Amino acid sequence: MPYPYKKMDEQDFAYIRSVTDPSRVWVGEAIAKEFYHDEMPEYGVFPPELYVEVLTKEEVSAIMKYAYGQNIPVVARGAGTGLAGGANCKYGGIMLSLMKMNKIFPVDTQNMTVTAQPGALISEVAAAAAEVGLFYPPDPGEKTASIGGSIITNAGGMRAVRYGVTRDYVRCIEAVMPNGDIVHFSSNVVKNTTGFDVKDLVVGSEGILCVCTEVTLKLIPAPNCTCTLVIPFDSLEKCIDCVPVLLRLPFVPTAVEFLERELIDIVERNLHKLLPVREGAAVLIVMYDASSREELTQCCDAAAAAALEAGALDVALADTPERIGSVWSVRAAILEGMKADSVGQEECDVVVPRSRIAEFVKAAKSICLSHGVVVEPCGHAGDGNIHTEMLRQPGMTDEEWKSATHACLVELYAKSKELGGQLSGEHGIGNGRLEFLKPFIGDEMYQLYRNIKLAFDPKLILNPGKMITFD
Amino acid sequence: MKIIVCMKQVPLSSKVEIDEETGNLKRMGAATRTNPFDLFALECALRIRDQIGGTVTVLTMGPQQTETMIRDAYMMGADDAVILSDRKFAGSDVLATSYTLSRGIRLLGGADLIICGRQTTDGDTAQIGPAIAEHLHLPHAAWVNAITDVNEKRIQVRQDLASVFQISEMKYPCLITVDKDICVPRLPSYRRKAEAAAKPIRMVSCQDLPDPDMTRFGLVGSPTTVERIFPPPAGAGSVTLEGTAAEKAGQLFDLLAAAKYF
Repeated sequence: MPYPYKKMDEQDFAYIRSVTDPSRVWVGEAIAKEFYHDEMPEYGVFPPELYVEVLTKEEVSAIMKYAYGQNIPVVARGAGTGLAGGANCKYGGIMLSLMKMNKIFPVDTQNMTVTAQPGALISEVAAAAAEVGLFYPPDPGEKTASIGGSIITNAGGMRAVRYGVTRDYVRCIEAVMPNGDIVHFSSNVVKNTTGFDVKDLVVGSEGILCVCTEVTLKLIPAPNCTCTLVIPFDSLEKCIDCVPVLLRLPFVPTAVEFLERELIDIVERNLHKLLPVREGAAVLIVMYDASSREELTQCCDAAAAAALEAGALDVALADTPERIGSVWSVRAAILEGMKADSVGQEECDVVVPRSRIAEFVKAAKSICLSHGVVVEPCGHAGDGNIHTEMLRQPGMTDEEWKSATHACLVELYAKSKELGGQLSGEHGIGNGRLEFLKPFIGDEMYQLYRNIKLAFDPKLILNPGKMITFD
Repeated sequence: MKIIVCMKQVPLSSKVEIDEETGNLKRMGAATRTNPFDLFALECALRIRDQIGGTVTVLTMGPQQTETMIRDAYMMGADDAVILSDRKFAGSDVLATSYTLSRGIRLLGGADLIICGRQTTDGDTAQIGPAIAEHLHLPHAAWVNAITDVNEKRIQVRQDLASVFQISEMKYPCLITVDKDICVPRLPSYRRKAEAAAKPIRMVSCQDLPDPDMTRFGLVGSPTTVERIFPPPAGAGSVTLEGTAAEKAGQLFDLLAAAKYF
């Protein structure tokens, strides 16, 4: 065992019950399996010794203080919708669920912010903003994801092209440190040069630095109308080459996604969802938001003209809720379609400079083909984040699948690095990509990561064995 | 093969104000769209035309602003269109509307196949299609959820009649109303935009119609009396879910999850 953690006993259980409530504490076999893996159980299913649902920051503080003193590992958990194997207890200890801390405070319309506890869902926060005509843009697509989880993993999503990622909307964070101290990172201010802006480090730290107990988020005026264009091309290259053409227009798209026909066929075959555009070997799906119908028409007309000039076969217009739904429901069904079309999946979530997307997609296909693995790249053409999904076919043994996907990942990450990309665009490292981080960022940077971790958590009790290791 | 598709422009949002005195929808100035059910009708027509040849004509009754819906239909691939537009048509109920549309079809020399959407999202009666067929003495099938066979002489359709499916075969001329999800309607094409903008639209007034019996149009020809019309109370006590059973189950799940019952 790399860390000399204490194995929990009855005395520890009794203490946690005493600072919370026995009805919110589960121990050993009584803990449901659903509570100790995320949406990629392939990346780890590790049970805690104790599972507790907390209601206040004081409870979190008391638990952390005790765990710190007793050397018991603690993993904070939101809705469990992560895709990196982060929300599990690799070394046992305490699983601390924040889902009952789900209050959303009234929207501050003067400062255009909303403050919420970590267990509130992103969709609920967005709805609270919408009620007063404001907009919380980050949307990773998972409807049941918690706001705390999205902050601690710096969730991205399709709308990043126009609006940026979660980090761009975090004004300040209240958190509990591993030793139980309650701290505040920044405050509700628009800019801040008061030394380090530590909140930006906490966002995306995957729960290894502190436990977020409250967050204040920036809101923006809500757009009034939206429209989606579906643009088919006869080749992936032309499809990807059109992306910078669209981005150079004076209208910023909200989302730019690409899909190849094979993937559209997989969704159709398995889920009977049909894209309303039947032509093209690859399509771009482009969303525009605007404050008026006139502005929206201008955006769409300009984009359509530019795309046709760039070799698009056509430009199809989805301008009503039903039409928009018929397009995005196919995009949203991809993961489900691929799961139905295969007996297992492995995923690579690299982000590359936008100019290198086509090159990476081509290389990914050839790399995976050389290892006998079926692959379907798709993703966010507007920001270079490509989800390269490897699909396990029946007949592959566990060993064959494991070694082939591992070989693919090694080469895919090397290719991303060569093209100036990064290892993960929005899913994070967690437990699933642990072994690939050090070779990717190099020894010096890895040591810096370790030093940052030690500055927050010298006893390594918070979500140990995720993102970085000390073995 | 001559196909006529009856379409209607409806408010974009379901939250439309209602004139409580007249019982009519306050349409002026509200954003509009094509009745979603009619897009399925148009798509079915375009597919049949693409398969066996012929023309697709869009027929609608409405004010001048209906032109935007016609341009949209042209961008989807409709060949031509007729708008029945006259102040005398205002205030039409199911009987008067279906009569007016039937006169429009007669003016066009009839059709082999007439396709309507199952219902509109504003009127919701689902009676216009069958009523047109009755005015024209045509065989018809409503609530069609699949066209199982089609050729130059006849069409075979499947109807979802709640407890049973019925397969019917009809010789032309005939009329069908199609359910949503019978197909995925294509989207308007920018390639056709310039052509669609320049394409003529035939405007037809009351006096252009054959045998105009003035007692059968508009408010005068509408025996329906609306006692009172009002939006359902938007209290916290009730929520109405719309869609298929599976969609409604999903919506119900989301509502319960939002209320933190799960």
